[in-house]
Amino acid sequence: MSSDIRFTDFKSDKQPTWCPGCGDFGTMNGMMKALANTGNDPDNTFVVAGIGCSGKIGTYMHSYALHGVHGRALPVGIGTKLANPNLEVMVAGGDGDGYSIGAGHFVHAVRRNVDMTYVVMDNRIYGLTKGQASPTSREDFETSTSPDGPKQPPVNPLALALAAGGTFIAQSFSSDSQRHTEIVKQAIEHDGFGFVNVYSPCVTFNDVDTYDYFRDTIVDLSETDHDPNDYDDAKAAILDADKEYQGVIYQDDQSVPFDEREGLTESMADIPEGAPEDAMDLVREFY
Amino acid sequence: MPEDLNWAIGGEAGDGIDSTGKIFAQALSRAGRHVFTSKDFASRIRGGYTAYKVRTSVDRVESVVDRLDVLIALTERTIDENLEELHEGSVIIYDGERTTMQDVEIPDEMIGLDVPLKSLAEDAGGAIMRNVVALGAACEVSNFPIENLDESLEKRFTDKGQAIVENNKKAARLGQEFVAEETDHEFDYDVETTDNDYVLLNGDEAIGMGAIAAGCRFYSGYPITPATDVMEYLTGRIDRYGGKVVQAEDELAAINMALGAARAGARAMTATSGPGIDLMTETFGLVATSETPLVICDVMRSGPSTGMPTKQEQGDLNQLLYGGHGEIPRFVVAPTNISECFWKTVEAFNLAEKYQTPVYLVADLALAVTEQTFPPEAFDMDEVEIERGKIVDEGEIESWQNEDGQFQPHFPTADGVSPRTFPGIEGGAHMTTGLEHDELGRRTEDTDVRIEQVDKREQKVQTAREEEDWDYREFGDPDSGNLVLSWGSNEGAMREALGFLEESGTDVRFISVPYIFPRPDLSEEIEAADDVIVVECNATGQFADLIEHDALTRVKRVNKYNGVRFKADELAEEIEEKFAESAEMEA
Ligand SMILES: Cc1ncc(C[n+]2csc(CCOP(=O)(O)OP(=O)(O)O)c2C)c(N)n1
Ligand code: SF4
Repeated sequence: MSSDIRFTDFKSDKQPTWCPGCGDFGTMNGMMKALANTGNDPDNTFVVAGIGCSGKIGTYMHSYALHGVHGRALPVGIGTKLANPNLEVMVAGGDGDGYSIGAGHFVHAVRRNVDMTYVVMDNRIYGLTKGQASPTSREDFETSTSPDGPKQPPVNPLALALAAGGTFIAQSFSSDSQRHTEIVKQAIEHDGFGFVNVYSPCVTFNDVDTYDYFRDTIVDLSETDHDPNDYDDAKAAILDADKEYQGVIYQDDQSVPFDEREGLTESMADIPEGAPEDAMDLVREFY
Repeated sequence: MPEDLNWAIGGEAGDGIDSTGKIFAQALSRAGRHVFTSKDFASRIRGGYTAYKVRTSVDRVESVVDRLDVLIALTERTIDENLEELHEGSVIIYDGERTTMQDVEIPDEMIGLDVPLKSLAEDAGGAIMRNVVALGAACEVSNFPIENLDESLEKRFTDKGQAIVENNKKAARLGQEFVAEETDHEFDYDVETTDNDYVLLNGDEAIGMGAIAAGCRFYSGYPITPATDVMEYLTGRIDRYGGKVVQAEDELAAINMALGAARAGARAMTATSGPGIDLMTETFGLVATSETPLVICDVMRSGPSTGMPTKQEQGDLNQLLYGGHGEIPRFVVAPTNISECFWKTVEAFNLAEKYQTPVYLVADLALAVTEQTFPPEAFDMDEVEIERGKIVDEGEIESWQNEDGQFQPHFPTADGVSPRTFPGIEGGAHMTTGLEHDELGRRTEDTDVRIEQVDKREQKVQTAREEEDWDYREFGDPDSGNLVLSWGSNEGAMREALGFLEESGTDVRFISVPYIFPRPDLSEEIEAADDVIVVECNATGQFADLIEHDALTRVKRVNKYNGVRFKADELAEEIEEKFAESAEMEA
């Protein structure tokens, strides 16, 4: 790991095919800056992504990366981190990827609290499949598959995370580059599962949850008297349906990550050339 | 009487049938006798008939037979369930004082031993030991020195304290003495002990042990009968070697975690049964496309859907061979007996890493839950070889980079296998994806690159076909024109069936095939035969279809799909009939 790593070292030479203006550009830049600012380099970083416009992120970044199947990026990240706790593992995905097809994994990844970072690019729509309702779409948001709106309340990912025992729950806005970078950096530095829901507008299919909408409504928790270590404060902010917040909403400073609790510190890649020396003891157990 | 003793304890689930049976089986194994166990169980925790059967002999035993010599019946149903296997002179041990057993009628030609199991157990210190009283009685019936039980009782109860161990020993002796003193039957059974040195284990345990021996350090799974024993075996043991078992939230997570661990460089595995394989299938394609080495173990049970979870079947073959959308290069390895479960697991890891391809390791319920004795050398750990394939370290990485210094994980080499690096290795950063990609791992829809990468992945299978020994195991008379083929657990029953067949004058050449894909080329053997029968536990003959396809010929089929494994004597009969049919037709 060298100290002169710049965020551009995390950039691949592939030009993103995201629509011009897509929120994912800002989300990704912040992630790369946060990785560089925390002293990581591409060779010790593993980025896992799911499917969707958001899932393309691994292609545009330079690091070890895996672009998996829809909704299953979190377990891949968990497996990687447990098999080599010395790696920096970052999982990225969309709201459909993470809260619909992957919702089960999300809840369990939160409660497992492995030391990794999960960034969700929440555009409140399915981008890659061209504009269907997502779990975070508003109840009356008209899409090709919900002409009168989904008629179900949106999922509140922050509430899900809090209920599942989340130890780091944050939200950011991709176009507020500085705050977004800072928040992801804090998530990386957190001892445990750092979860950041990022408002990352889709300029092509979502004309409601736009840059202007977020700029006008977002409240930065660092400018209020919100205490992220206070569970009740966190609960109040998360359940406040009328506001869009950015900042670290909840952080458990007692968090001990799963990998540490399990005493995992070494890479599992190194194994002997034959069976372990005492392996005949395993056979003798069957006497 | 024969050297063979067929013994069983049966009752309701929750009666401690399994642990009692295991105590007896272990005692026999420690006394230097060969043992083969089988279980009849239903998919419930309490209630429902369940039995643990032990076949034991001084010679090796490879299967179950349709015969029971000594039966401990804790319920009346146990007698009914086994009536067909009981014979003249069979001994049934039961407790006539038990309310539900008071009106039990023992068939005339059998010997009913009414032993007050519960009250003798109470004399020894508690009713809970009634099964152990029955074991003592069984020792007397089979002329098996009761001291042999002691070590097994110690192993089972030491955790609970020395007093409990002593009480159990006493309970066993009370059962033995009761039979010796209070009954005037003569028993012809004689269970001789020997100095042989054996271990007793089942197929799932052998797979788990093989995984550790092979350097597997990461296991993620989701509980499912009959694969759970693999996870239970590894839990608590893999940690000693720096590994970890993770109980995932479902099979989708299980295979994805294992994939992640494999990408981090660990030897990783998951095990499940049919329904879990279905859930894993999407990711299976990703594993193959991203060229990740992974061992996925399917312990088959009766399907489709949830089918009969606790019953035997070999019905997943087509799913393993063809499952998944698109065309997926893979290996399918199928151990044919319990020690092979160990060795083929080791081999599966080597294949996976040498060819950077997913490997299905397929066992069946009969193989997984059956215990069998082996000399410890059958698992000689010095013989375990680990081949990790083309792992590129920091020193070599430059030679696999392009002019721009980018590592090329999917570089199309002549053998189809490209270099591999793990995160953490400097200069190797790259991405992999389930999307079609170029040599750098980046998405492409370029028609030429698509063809190149598909061919590259397929080439790995071709290379493996040439480089590896896809051999088979052969038994019986090599010159016979009667050829029987089988895969999986049928090997044991078939080996014993050969003995029965020989007695009745039918010579047979038997080939047991441990590889499904790639598999040995059997066309010469088939051509040389007059008549070919494929034996398998499914209705449609999935393996027979493959053989017909390979050899461009029709074969006969013996299929069993009632949920119960083949028994040696029954199998011999069916095979004899099939061969006789052909002889008649020719005549
Ligand atoms: C199993 C499966 N089902 C469906 C799809 C199709 N699909 C691709 S992307 C996507 C939705 C992605 O939405 P989201 O996660 O919100 O990401 P976005 O494109 O908006 O960034 C779907 C349904 C798929 N690839 N795999
Ligand atoms: S469709 Fe929406 S989410 Fe996808 S790239 Fe375009 S703007 Fe971004």
